[in-house]
Amino acid sequence: MNGVLEKVRALLGSDAVLDPGAQGVAPRIAPPTPEAVALLLRTATAEHWKVRVEGAGSWQPADAPADLALTTRRLDQVEAVEPQDLVATAQAGIGWDRLRQQLAERGVWVALDPPGLAGRSLGSILASATSGPLRLGLGPVRDHLLGVTAITGDGRVVTSGGQVVKNVAGYDLTRLQVGGFGAFGVIVRAHVRLRALPRADQTLLLEGTREDLSRAADDLREAGLAPAALELLSPALARHAGWVLAVRCAGSAAQVEAEEALLRTAGGGRFAPLGPEESHAFWQRAAEALALRPVTLRLAGLPDATDDLLDLLQHQLGDEWISASPALGAVRWSGETTGERLRHLRRTLAALEVPLTLERGPWSVRKAVGVFGAYREGVGPLVTGLRQTFDPASTLVVPVHTDE
Amino acid sequence: MPDRAVVAELERIVGPRSVRLSTSDRLTFASDGLPTHRRLPGIVVFPGTRDELIAVVRVLAAHDIPFVPRGAGTGLSGGALADPDAALVVLTRLNRILEIDPRNRRATVEPGVVNVRLSAAAARYGLHYAPDPSSQTACTIGGNVAENAGGPHCLKYGATTTHILALEVVLSDGRVVTLGSPAGEPWGPDLVGLFVGSEGNFGIATRITVRLTPTPAAIRTLLADFTSLRSAGEAVSAIIASGIVPAALEMMDRSCINAVEDSVYAAGYPRDAAAVLLVELDGMDPAAVEADARGAADLLVRHGARSVRTAADTAERERLWQGRKKAFGAMGRLSRDLVVQDAVVPRSALPDVLESISAIAARYQLVVSNVFHAGDGNLHPNISFDATDAALKARVETASAEIMATCIAAGGTITGEHGVGLDKLRYMPLVFDGDALAAMRAVRQVFDPAERVNPGKVVPVHACREWTGIHRFRS
Repeated sequence: MNGVLEKVRALLGSDAVLDPGAQGVAPRIAPPTPEAVALLLRTATAEHWKVRVEGAGSWQPADAPADLALTTRRLDQVEAVEPQDLVATAQAGIGWDRLRQQLAERGVWVALDPPGLAGRSLGSILASATSGPLRLGLGPVRDHLLGVTAITGDGRVVTSGGQVVKNVAGYDLTRLQVGGFGAFGVIVRAHVRLRALPRADQTLLLEGTREDLSRAADDLREAGLAPAALELLSPALARHAGWVLAVRCAGSAAQVEAEEALLRTAGGGRFAPLGPEESHAFWQRAAEALALRPVTLRLAGLPDATDDLLDLLQHQLGDEWISASPALGAVRWSGETTGERLRHLRRTLAALEVPLTLERGPWSVRKAVGVFGAYREGVGPLVTGLRQTFDPASTLVVPVHTDE
Repeated sequence: MPDRAVVAELERIVGPRSVRLSTSDRLTFASDGLPTHRRLPGIVVFPGTRDELIAVVRVLAAHDIPFVPRGAGTGLSGGALADPDAALVVLTRLNRILEIDPRNRRATVEPGVVNVRLSAAAARYGLHYAPDPSSQTACTIGGNVAENAGGPHCLKYGATTTHILALEVVLSDGRVVTLGSPAGEPWGPDLVGLFVGSEGNFGIATRITVRLTPTPAAIRTLLADFTSLRSAGEAVSAIIASGIVPAALEMMDRSCINAVEDSVYAAGYPRDAAAVLLVELDGMDPAAVEADARGAADLLVRHGARSVRTAADTAERERLWQGRKKAFGAMGRLSRDLVVQDAVVPRSALPDVLESISAIAARYQLVVSNVFHAGDGNLHPNISFDATDAALKARVETASAEIMATCIAAGGTITGEHGVGLDKLRYMPLVFDGDALAAMRAVRQVFDPAERVNPGKVVPVHACREWTGIHRFRS
């Protein structure tokens, strides 16, 4: 332990040591620049240290065994905002709330509503590809990312993509980093796609039984409604007595007006509009709640199988906190469970060709079942090869492989 | 050319008529849509089924023969060309639409399905396949996947990568793997996203599951004409920054307009305009689309449009689009050879970059026609010339490099949708350093350790920094 600290202090200065750690607790190091991250990881690989990577520390439990914890929280600058081009460049350690605020001051936003606390880091959102309800109308995390700079496990700086909105120069290594859970390096900088802030933004709710609301969601889709979000929330997550179907319309005034009119017709006038503050609080509460229970996971099947997936989840893991997009077949679940139950669920889902991604959870569970579980036939060697390419000494502690 | 035993094995798999060895047959495949590059393949093979394709790849692997997958050959980067020591595997016979699932808005196709055919087949369900490269009446979905193809409507709907949910892939050694999942959620790291745009270097997609998009109920197409390139460029920036998201926002300059108007694709563009913008708004609600169209028209006029015309009906809309989509073909009237560029710049840089390109053209006394995806900042400055004139050819090459350098200096990149292929290999070190290029090569070797699929494309090997991962994985 002391040897690690001494070397880190010599390398990056004492200021970089955020917490010296203690017996059984790894020191927490906050490199001030991307170059310092590279230096630290080069040294870690040479010294055979294991490194746990953190952002703000609000999403994943800080319990993976490691010789040191590398936090990106000092990489917290918005380096460029170009409202004319609708692109921005930010360091990965910046909190989502601060990024949003700085962008909003320029009249733009990244059209994502990821789960987690408000201060969750940009890097954490990108590395775990955790999209929220807006993925339906505005796209998942990967659609909003134009390029990244990542530091490999052995300290190399690899840039991919760029600041332009269309780019096919070379292989799309950005896509490997988004949702790679840090297995292929530490994201230190990201170029993101922006949108102008919506002129109108309206949320409407319908409460009922899950079956009724699923039918209502189907009807809306059939009627041609294409809102920014159409999300089914369990009673515990919505803090309502019953399940809630939440519709968010965002865009130009005319577009939102048209969607509301369609909603009135196809929804039989049953949806209740929320005021602007209520609406903000509703979505924020739902997003934050998904970071409060011990385990959060996501799965995605075909849209017409969403009901079956929800039945399966309720049967095998319990009702708990569920947020689902029936039009996409995407489901996020949060609650208490065990590695054994997750393994069992994964086996059932694999037969249905539905992947289960363990987004967060205690190390004991993550280690036991892995972020992704077993890969499809022939894919495991590819992931192993990529992992060896970007982290040859397995310096980064990421449970992408399991004994399943 | 492979030895007789290999030819016999391939003939046993696909039948003798689907193996071509004669020089005249092979010459047919010596170039793609960009005639400035030519390579004569050693052998051309046309598998007719997925199983035949896999068997062909396994034979080539057993004999350590490099190979190049090819769709319709409409690419614009010299990407689907094979050297004499390599086999060209042409996928146009794998042209079956395997499934359309309207309820889940998805389809599964073989790689040789022509892009526009899929949209035609999905139309009865009120759906379409959104990526629409200008060559969509000929290009294949497999080729689109390899290149991460774009098209005018990718401004709103995203390029090919946004629409690919899952892939079945045969790797260079003949192993078959399935990437992604039926609903599009990655199954592990996003290997679908990594594969799309890898220009054939990671293997051949044998089955492709795509997302289908509801066909918009309302469409407004505007044609705005400008007396200066700069004001047209400024109008593009203004629309993008306004929050209006057009389905497409295309620009053509005077040289291009006149090439189109002189051709059978004449669309009624104003010949005296310095530039025209084709702006399309679409959506499910006519009133909302109309409001956006009014907003866009207002911005166009405020930024100097001499006139803004709205297509009165479907026929007029199709005529305006045909002129745009066939512009490359129309340029064939200008000269026997054409250099097609594909750089991307920040949209706010368009006015300055367009002026710089004009200055470069004037300095080298060249005819440069611009037709491009202005809303994405994706430029296509096309230089018409006669390659038999050595001095002219040298000027074209120098001017091309200057145009590319101008775009990179403006914060741009070298290709937005055509791919690197052979054509832009020399420019890769201008946008990526040695570590990034080495990382790309190392990733390629994970899929194809011997680098046998489409060798010599995308990553300039000489520019790669040493990368320990390569040696580790190969050993």
